[in-house]
Parts: sequence; C-alpha cells; structure tokens
Amino acid sequence: MHKKVTFRGVALPLALLLPQLAITAVFFLWPAGQALYQSVLRQDPFGLRTTFVGLANFERLFSDPLYLNAFQVTLVFSIAVTAIGLSLALLLAVMADRVIKGASGYKTLLVMPYAVAPAVAGVLWWFLFNPSIGLFAHALRAVGVDWNHLLNGDQAMILVVVAAVWKQISYNFLFFLAGLQAIPKSLIEAAAIDGAGPFKRFWTIVFPLLSPTAFFLLVVNVTYAFFDTFQIIHATTSGGPGQATTILVYKVYSDGFVGLDLGGSAAQSVVLMAIVIVLTIVQFRWIERRVQY
Amino acid sequence: MAGIGIRDVVKRYGDTKVIHGVSIDVADGELIVIVGPSGCGKSTLLRMVAGLEDITGGEVSIDGRVVNRLEPKDRNIAMVFQNYALYPHMSVYDNMAYGLKIAGLSKEAIRARVDKAATMLQLQPYLDRKPRQLSGGQRQRVAMGRCIVREPAAFLFDEPLSNLDAKLRVQMRLEIRQLQRSLGTTSLYVTHDQVEAMTLADRLVVMNAGVAEQIDTPMNVYLHPATTFVAGFIGSPAMNFMPGRLGADGRAVTLDTGAPLRALPEPIAGHGEKAVTIGVRPEHLTLVGSEAAELTLRVGVVETLGADTLVHGALLDKGQAVVPVAGEGGEVLAARLPGNVAVREGDTLPLRVVEGALHVFDRETGRRLADV
Repeated sequence: MHKKVTFRGVALPLALLLPQLAITAVFFLWPAGQALYQSVLRQDPFGLRTTFVGLANFERLFSDPLYLNAFQVTLVFSIAVTAIGLSLALLLAVMADRVIKGASGYKTLLVMPYAVAPAVAGVLWWFLFNPSIGLFAHALRAVGVDWNHLLNGDQAMILVVVAAVWKQISYNFLFFLAGLQAIPKSLIEAAAIDGAGPFKRFWTIVFPLLSPTAFFLLVVNVTYAFFDTFQIIHATTSGGPGQATTILVYKVYSDGFVGLDLGGSAAQSVVLMAIVIVLTIVQFRWIERRVQY
Repeated sequence: MAGIGIRDVVKRYGDTKVIHGVSIDVADGELIVIVGPSGCGKSTLLRMVAGLEDITGGEVSIDGRVVNRLEPKDRNIAMVFQNYALYPHMSVYDNMAYGLKIAGLSKEAIRARVDKAATMLQLQPYLDRKPRQLSGGQRQRVAMGRCIVREPAAFLFDEPLSNLDAKLRVQMRLEIRQLQRSLGTTSLYVTHDQVEAMTLADRLVVMNAGVAEQIDTPMNVYLHPATTFVAGFIGSPAMNFMPGRLGADGRAVTLDTGAPLRALPEPIAGHGEKAVTIGVRPEHLTLVGSEAAELTLRVGVVETLGADTLVHGALLDKGQAVVPVAGEGGEVLAARLPGNVAVREGDTLPLRVVEGALHVFDRETGRRLADV
C-alpha cells in the first residue's frame, strides 16, 4: 500500500508554500491586477487626478492605426523569428548529430549565444550592422546592398529578426539535439533497410518523432518573440525607424514609460495578457493533440 | 537459389580487430543460428550482412551477388531488431506497408500483401493500433510482418526474442520456426541463448572472440564439440572439464590426480604423452557400484528439478579434491542423475562415464582430439 503523507493542521503547509505564493503575488498577481485596474482609468497630464473611463482606453486603442500597426509588426516579427529560429536550429542539430569528430566542440560553440545577455546581443548586432561603422553593413554595401536600417524599416525588421533568432537558436538547438539523440538508432536502420533514403527517413521517421519537441519549442519561441525580445529591440532599433520594429510589448513600454500614457499602456498589457491566454489554449488544445503518438 | 555467402569476413575498428575472418555458407531456405557470448562479434557480423556496418575485409554475397558496396536497401534483405524498431508514430498497417510504399507498389498490391502477412501472423484485429498499444509478443509479430511483406531474399534476426518473458519466448520461438519453414526464406539468426540456438537452427555457428569455432548441425555440435569453448558453451549444465594426460600408446587416459580412466577404444595417433583436457557432460555420468566407479563425487549442492537431480560437488581421488581446469566450465564436477535418486550434501557418489561420451581436447590449443 502506498502511504499518503499528510500534514496535520494548515500552518506548516502554508508556511512552506508562502515563498512561492509571495513571489507569484508580488510579481504576477499584483502587477496584473494593477494593469487591469489602470486600464479602465485615465490620468490627467500632471498625475493629479485619475478618472474612471470604462472601456474608453480600449476603444481608443483599437481605433489607433499605430497600435494596429504594432499588431502587424508583431505578427511578422514573431512568425519570422519562430520559423527561422526553429528551422535553422533543426538543421544545425541534424548536422551536429552526424558529426563524430569534435562533436562536443561544435556543440559548445553552438550553445554559446545562449549565455550572452539579450541586451549585449542587441548591441553586438547594432555594431555589426551600424550603417556608418558596421562590418556587415560595409560588406553589404560592397555587394551592392544599400544597408541603412536607421532609415529603411524593412531592413530594421531584418536586423531585429536576425538578432532575436541568433539569441534563441542555441536553446532550440539543444532541445532538437536531445530529441534527435533520443530516437533509437535501430529505427533509422530499419527505415534504411525498408528502402528509405536519408531525406525520406528524415521526413517520415525523424521529423514525426521530433514533433513533440518541435511543438514545445514552438510554444516557447512564440512566447519568446512576443515578450522576451524587448531588450534586443531596445538595444538595436528602439522600435524604429518610425514604428517599423515596435512590437506590442515594446509599445507597452514606450507608451507607458516614455509617453506616460499609463491608462493606454495598461490597456495594452491587458490585451497582451489575453493574447497569451488564447495562444496557450489554442496551442495545447488543438496542436498538441496532433503531435502525440 | 537465394543463399548467403560470407567469405573470410574481417571487421576492424581502428586497430582493434573484432572479427577475424569468418566464413559461413547459408544454403537456400536454411536457418543458420549464430550463437556466442556477448561481445563475440555475432551481431556485428549480422549487421555487416545487413549493410549497417562496413565490411573491412572479405566478401558477403546474397543470392549470388556480392553486396559489400551496396546500401542496405539494395541488398534485398529484411531484419528483425532486438527492440523491434517499430515506427512508434505509425499504425501496425503503416509499419508493415512503409517499405512497400517506398518501393512504389500500388495501393491494392500493398493492401493484399499486408493482409496476407497479417492473417499469417494473426495481426488482423490490430492493424489500426499503434505499437505502444500492443503486447511484446504482438510487437514481435509486427516486426516479423514488416519483414515478410517485403518478400526478401533473406531474413536477418538480431536477438529477436531477448526482450520477451520466458514463456512468450518459447512460444515465439516455435512461431518463428514454423513461419521460416513455411516461407522457406533463407535466414540468419543471432542469439546468445543456447536453447534458442539448438531448437531453431538447421545449422549452428558457435562464435567466440570474433572467430567461428564450429559450424555444424545442433546435434553434431553437441556430440562432437570442436573446442573446449564450444563444449562448455553448448549444453546445460556445462560440460565438466578435468586435466589429464594421454598414455604413450595414445589410448590410456590418466587424470592429473593419478586416477586412471578407461582406455580409449581407438588410439589417438601422434598425440602420445600429451597433456589433455577431458570433457564429460553431466548427463553422461551414471551412478554405479563403487567397484565399477571411474570418478567419485563428493556432493556439495543438490538441485532437484523433478525429472532430474543435478548434483554439484568436488571430484575426489583417494579422499582428495581435484582442482578442475581453471576457466573451463565450472569449478566443480556436476552430474545429472535421475529424479528418483536420493542424494544429500556430503554423500560420496561412485560414478561412471557413459560409453562413448568422453571428450578429449588438446590442453594447449583447446581443440578436440577425438571423441570416444
């Protein structure tokens, strides 16, 4: 028989749970509640008076072309970061899985970007692509590309995508490599005997078996692109030029803390929260079911 | 005429030679079992035939065609793996159809072949299931089915039963035997289990340390083991080995303790005065009156099996225990006696070797000198 361990009374279990609960309360529940509360208020320019405005902040938000533009930017950015990040990492993992000599060396090098702080990564790419002093910008100009992400919005987008992907690729790589190594070698051998060439083997055996890993990474990467890329964008383009690289989370920051429109910014946070909830439900409800085997 | 020819095959990993020139000829429709302890190179040899390992030296031919440089898929073979290697994300049907789809067969032809194999293996009710929903025995059958549908020139089995429990193993062993017989497909079967080897094989290859020590029918291997290794490996409990010496005439046999055994009926020419290892199987020792005894056993442990009684003990000579040859089949003398014999620890049993059941090996090389 399995013996169930129970606590007598509620004091000890509460005390044990307290640190975690406190962290959740202070860093999540409170700010989230504040955001909800703030989103229905409006402050006068000097911060002296706040009035309840109902859903006016939201109404204003969705009629603001700049906000709708941020949606579009976020969509493009996160799709690009996720798609490029996942496929490049998978390619690298498949390659690294084949290498025998010096394998650990390659793996270490491939994992290294993960150890670089996002802001540092942002600055690094800022330097490399800086229109006047950047190495890459110089090289691009030599092959006839007029690189100036300070003026060209598309190029700015490419730059932040490159920086964000570079930062995330190690993480994806690690998981893909682990997933690849968990596939029994005999499966590949059986497929080889069954007549499948390397490409066929990859698409019919390896990739389906990696799909749980890929799904997990999809969730992580979308979340990353949505929320954790703030530092990179801040350090590389600051959301510019114009609002070409202002993704939703960056707009929350710039409207709230630079523009000091606390009500509007809070409303944006609430919208973001709703997006996260919906995304997570969609991903786990519909997609995960299909990748189980 | 789809045999497998293995000629002087050598495998080397860097400087380490793991297979030292093995030659086996598998005739059309024959089931050959390669048996040996772990690390003897038997799986490596099979994987070289399958094309999953490079062949360092020698030649492998399937169906009369040298396949050394061919990819696994071009060798016209099918393989059953120890862990079955079923594709976990595909149904039983798709697992079996995978190779046929790649080969570009029509949907109807695939369905016909899979249905036929599924019927043969009693897998019809499970065609839509995923491998994880099957029992060990059913998975084993799916792995077999995947081989059958491809109608290859040869089946390769890599310890296919070692993941099953004892009862299922006996059952699957029979099924594999029947299936192989009825299909008549040339087969190479690797195992470390001597019972599996004895019961399945048309012919047996006993491998040790990368060398095929003996290739013969199971009965011949049992009755006339070519080396002390084969003698000790095949048969359970293992053969007893005792150090001894041949007389000058090549007939008289004396144990190193001084006890004379009976003289051999035929002299072993050219080996007079040679140091030898005497082998006697436990089942070839019988209880006799003390005046007819050749060997005396002091009982250590008694194992009662019902039909038989296994007696393990020390060989006595004038009250002294004989030290058996080190490392060759057990520290003690064992005897398999009828189940109705009542023996207890500490008894001394006078024993005699059954006529014609004495094996004489060269002590230096371990090779068989004669069977008498």
